[in-house]
Order: sequence, then structure tokens, then C-alpha cells
Amino acid sequence: MDLNYGAEYEDFRKDVEAFCKEYQGVSFKSESNDNNMSDALSGSSATKKSKKEVTRSEWQQILIEKGYIARAIPKEYGGYGGETDIIKSRIIATEFSKAKVPGGMGGQGIDMLVPTLLEWGSEEQKQKYIRPTLHGEMIWCQGYSEPNAGSDLASLQTKGELIDGNWVINGQKIWTSTAQYSQMMFCLVRTEPQAPKHSGISFILIPMDTPGIEIRPLVDMTLKAGFNEVFFDDVTVPEENIVAKRGEGWSVANSVLGHERGSLADPNATMNRLNTLINMMKEQTIDGRRLIDIPSYRDRLMQVQGKVMASQAHSLRLLSSKINPGQNVKLGGMIQKLVGTELRHELEGLAIDVLGEIGTLYEDSPYLKEDGSFQFTYMYFLGLIIGGGTNQIQKNIISERGLGMPKEPKVTEAS
Amino acid sequence: MFFGLSEEQEQFQDYVKKFLADNVSVDEIRKITNGEDEALAKEIYGGLINLGINALLVPEEHGGLGADLLSAVAVAQGLGSGVGPIPFAGAYVMAPIAINLAGSDEQKTKYLPQIVSNETKFGVGLSEYVAAREDAGIDLASGKANGKALFVIDGDEADFFLLANKGGVLFLVDAKDKGIEITKLTSVDKTRSYLELNLKNVAAEILSGSESDPEIAKKVLDAGRIIFAADSLGASESMIEKAVSYAKERKQFNRVIGSFQAVKHMCAEMASDLEPCYAMLWQAAHSFDHDPDEARLQACQAKSHISEVAKMVSKKATEVHGGMGFTDLLGLHYWFKRIGLNRQLLGGPELIREEAAEIQGFNQ
Repeated sequence: MDLNYGAEYEDFRKDVEAFCKEYQGVSFKSESNDNNMSDALSGSSATKKSKKEVTRSEWQQILIEKGYIARAIPKEYGGYGGETDIIKSRIIATEFSKAKVPGGMGGQGIDMLVPTLLEWGSEEQKQKYIRPTLHGEMIWCQGYSEPNAGSDLASLQTKGELIDGNWVINGQKIWTSTAQYSQMMFCLVRTEPQAPKHSGISFILIPMDTPGIEIRPLVDMTLKAGFNEVFFDDVTVPEENIVAKRGEGWSVANSVLGHERGSLADPNATMNRLNTLINMMKEQTIDGRRLIDIPSYRDRLMQVQGKVMASQAHSLRLLSSKINPGQNVKLGGMIQKLVGTELRHELEGLAIDVLGEIGTLYEDSPYLKEDGSFQFTYMYFLGLIIGGGTNQIQKNIISERGLGMPKEPKVTEAS
Repeated sequence: MFFGLSEEQEQFQDYVKKFLADNVSVDEIRKITNGEDEALAKEIYGGLINLGINALLVPEEHGGLGADLLSAVAVAQGLGSGVGPIPFAGAYVMAPIAINLAGSDEQKTKYLPQIVSNETKFGVGLSEYVAAREDAGIDLASGKANGKALFVIDGDEADFFLLANKGGVLFLVDAKDKGIEITKLTSVDKTRSYLELNLKNVAAEILSGSESDPEIAKKVLDAGRIIFAADSLGASESMIEKAVSYAKERKQFNRVIGSFQAVKHMCAEMASDLEPCYAMLWQAAHSFDHDPDEARLQACQAKSHISEVAKMVSKKATEVHGGMGFTDLLGLHYWFKRIGLNRQLLGGPELIREEAAEIQGFNQ
């Protein structure tokens, strides 16, 4: 066991720490109130007591120049052009989280499309899409799920036909976050109807202003965020908008799905939320008695703290396994989505319970605590328990790939 | 940066696991715990001592291996996974740590080498220091100990007992002292010994460092708790392996039961709740030696959290085995009961969480 990163990294850590100090309290210009909620999700507090105002894309630019994001992405595509360094990434995440300085933009484009294009895209595609995506100028949405293709995603039916050098697309997608303000969609489309279901899918990039696209909002239970349904009626895009070859879409999509699952429950954000909860329990009272002095509440708090500590330690072990080849963490990454989302839901739910009736308040009600973020996040994480591969699907994956248990026998179709 | 057991520590753990797998089948555990084969019990104990598990925490200057607590944790995981029916947490972890931290030079020179040679064995009774039940407890006055110590561990063949009063003063008593009356207690877990001591004017050899520094008793307690957590982790790992392999073989409705999602999901839940416990445990052990500011909180949280996960595993793994899981024939209950005893020793989860809150100044 050696938990030191070494002198070189200590210097790097000090740089990051100094940067965070300089930008502590930074806030973003001209954005909606929903910012409060996204800060609650990430555990940061950008909107409070702001000293400096920047736009989101200016902030992206600053972070890329320092190499704090897009670190290993080549300069020619708009990245920092450094080496992948997992320890530095960890130091950056930890210091930002400690200082509650907002990180870089996330979203489907940066988190999923950019790594996909780096691995599978043509040179033209990399040149055209990566830079504006990294700089927050091109927002992407993901067109995977369909009404009849949820957990069984590979059964998707949105159809793409190659006609006169163009893909003509018809069908429907659902659960499409950010579709309403995205410039582009990366989409899974069935282009080879004769092939077996996994090998008949292609990965196609679609500009959202193409005629024939209709977006209908689908509000989620938080009433603050939402998905969309996206309908395609003879939507026509050039042939070169395909990533990789025809029929390779399933492999393309799967190469980055694992990345998304891991990123759904960041242990640093969970630790920050735990601290928010602890402080709240020291301030709020029942009959003049602090919530933290009520033994049953305190015991539940300690239980959740134990889980958070375990999950933080686990993420260190995962980090170690990435930099020490041969270190075996057999179920390590596979459990992150399941355990992380359930833990966060439990933590936010505890905050609601200790607040009692106050915990039910929402939106702009008087007596609201922490901007109502406990209720919002409690519900939001229920969404994440279901989304990104339901936690029941996660348990199938863990038992089959992690524990080597057999798949459920296929049911022959009832006629 | 490396987070985990070193190659050496893993190897040590593998030796322990292999020794138990090769020599201690369920039938043999049954014989040993029923007292039907004392020769076998001695052979198992001797075999593990030959591996050097007793010498781990004794400093090199006293002839030991001078290892850190993480090495002992690696061993304890191995002992838990094979429900090793031998003394460890008290005799070879808490006792050498207590003597080394609180003993005089004379006491160290006298006792530590004897732990390495296993000529002198220590039982440990700190239950009353943590939480006294049945009005038990020991008073120390003018070098004499009086009172009752319950739930003393590792004491069956002990030559000395390491005990504490309520104030955390640690002391040794000679098991042969005429003032000690020893009564065996029977717990569900027959793989380890459990005693009651009644003391009347027994000569107490005080480990004087613990008088001036009350933190030492807490340190000894932390070590014991971390070791019991490690034992439960090892036992849980073993129960999951048994459940998964049973589910891959047992057939009902013309298919192996491991292909039913109801069964698979139980296995996935056990595995995914247990997995982060490894890192939590190792971090606590590492902090014990290298990060004193975090050590107490981590020891408390590791003991209570791992006890909770292990309890869940012990239930679900038994359920996966169906009716067989409930039988003495299969013997899965030895692991179930091992986890059950570890959970309560040196404080159950609720008591320890209260301590964790106190450490952080939460309960005023």
C-alpha cells in the first residue's frame, strides 16, 4: 500500500490548488435557474457569492488551456495535446471538488461522442466535430433508445436507407436529453434489416435542423429537467455522416457505454453532498434540538457515511488498478453504476427524512432548504437508477460477466 | 501509488487459504468444534503457527516479522474465508500491539519473543472497556484486579490474559493465578473460544504506558475491530463463492438455478456490496499505521459497515442454497455464525457508529 503520488504530482496538485483558489466563486453568465440543480448534482456551488463571471465556453477554453479537461485530446482537434494521466485527472477532480469550483462541461457530446470519434471516426469527422464540441459550441444528443427498444436496445427499429448517396431515416427515438438545444445527434439506425439484430445497426450523425425532425418534450418527475421524443420523417443526411462501417454501430456504441456508466455517480460529488447533509443536520432543529443530536437520525447518517467512505476507498483502488497493470479488481468497475446511484438516492432520501415536512418542500416554497436540491436529486437519481442500463440490467451484467453465471435461456417467441 | 495488498501480503493470505482448504474440510471443522479430535485441532493450529501468523506484529528487534496491520488483515481475510478454528485477533494482534505500545522495555523483552515462539499465549478481554453487559467489569487497586470479564477471546489455552478496566488501563494476569475462576461460554460460533473470568485479588501486571496515554487502549481496540472486519470479509467472500458455484450446479425446472434472475440478482447484490469493502478495510488498516488522524474513524466505520454487509451476505448466500443451506450437513452455518460473532465482538454496528459520531464531534 502506497497512497503517495510522488513529488512530481505534489507540484501538479499545488498548481491545481492555486488555480482553484484563483477561480473560487466563479459563476456563469446568462443562464437559467436550473444551474442550482446541476450544481447540486455535481456537488459544486458555482452560483453562490460569485466574484467572477464567465460564459460556459470561455470556462471551457480556460480549462483546456490548463490541460484540466480534454487533456489527452490532440491539439489539432482542439484539445490540450498531453498524455493521458489518470493520477492527474484524479488530482484535478479532487481539488476542484474540494474548492467547489465547477468542472468542465459534460454532456453526451464531450463524454461520449468525442471518445467515440477518436476511436472510430474518419479524419474529416475528427476535424469537423471534435473542436466545436470540446469548446461547448456544438451540443449533442444521443439517439439510442426507442419506445420498443429500452433494456433490449439492440432490437431498435429506426430505419436508415442509403438512397442516391444519402441516408434517409425514418422512425422514433425516446429519452433524448438535451434534444431541444442540440445542434447534432449521434444516432443508432437499422441499416441492414436482413442481418442479425446486433450486426444490422449503423452509427450516424444527424444535424438537428434537418427537415423532417420533430422534437416533442417529455417532462420527467422532477418537473425541472426533461427528455424528448424525437421523430424522423424522411430525414436525409449525407452518406459520409456514418461513423465506422455499415453494421458496426453496435460495436461503436458499446465502446463508450461503459464510460457513461462509470460517470453517473462520481464519488467526489457524493462526498460533497454528504458534507452538505451533515452541515444541514447541525443547523436545523426539531423542538430546538439539532437534527444530528437525535440518535436515530444520527445512526442513519453514520450508516450512509460508512457507505460513502467505502465507495471513496473503492475508487482509489480502481485508480490504482489502472496505473498498476496486473492488479486485479475483478468486479471493480462493473459495480460502480449500481452501487453509486443507489447510494446517492439513499443519501438524498435521508436528507428528506431528517427534514420531515420541510423535506417535502419544492420549487420556490418558503422554508426551502438547499434550494430544494434534496428532493430534486432524490428523484433525479431514481432516474439514473433506471437510465443508462437499469440497475436490474446491471445485476445481470455483474452476475454473468463478473461471476460467470449463465444467461437466462431465450424465450421462443409466442405466436 | 499502489492501493491494495502487496504481492507478499497476497501470498501470505494464499498460504493461509490453501492450508485451510487442504486441511480443514467441513467434516474436520465439525470434529474440531465438537471436541472430537484434539490431535487434529492441534495439528491445524500448529500448521498455521508454522506459517508465522503469530510473529507478524512483533517488531523485528524482538524476533518477530515487524509487519504492519495490513499484513495481519491479509491473514485474517484468509482465516475468515476458511473459518480457521484458531486464535488470532486477540492472541496475535491485540496482545502484541498492546504490549509493544504500552509495555515497559522489560515487559516487551520478556513477552514479545514468547509470542513469536508461541510459548506464551494470550487471551484478550476488552468487552467491558467497550460496553459492559451483566454489570461485568474489573476494578484495579493497589496492583490487584477484582471483578468479572465476559466474552474473553482466544483464551482456551492462554497462559496470560490481557484485560482492561473502564478507564482503558491495560494489564496482564497470569491464567494460573488462584484468584481466577474460568468458565467457558458457548457461542453459536464454535470455531473460536469464549470465556468468562471471575477475578478475586488477582495480581495485575499493568502495562504502564496505557495509564499515561488512554489512546493506547483505543488503538488496541481499533486493531481488533479491523481484524474482525477482515475475518467477516473473508467469510463473506467465501459464502458468495459457495453460493455462486452451487447456483451453477443445482438444477430445478430443467435448468441450473443460477440462470434465474431472482438468484442471479441476489448474487450480484452480495458481490457488489462486498466489493467496496476490500478497499475500505485495507485503507483502515493502512491508516492504522500511517494516518493517525483518520485511523479511528476508519476503523469504526470499517467494522460497522463490513459487519452490515457481511450479515446481508450470510443471509442471502444461505438462501441461494435453499434447504441445503439450512442443514448441518452442508455446514454453511459455520460461516454464517462466524460472521454473527464477529459482528458483536468489540461492539456491534450501532454502538460503533455512535463512537464514529463521537469521534467527529457530532453528538454533543
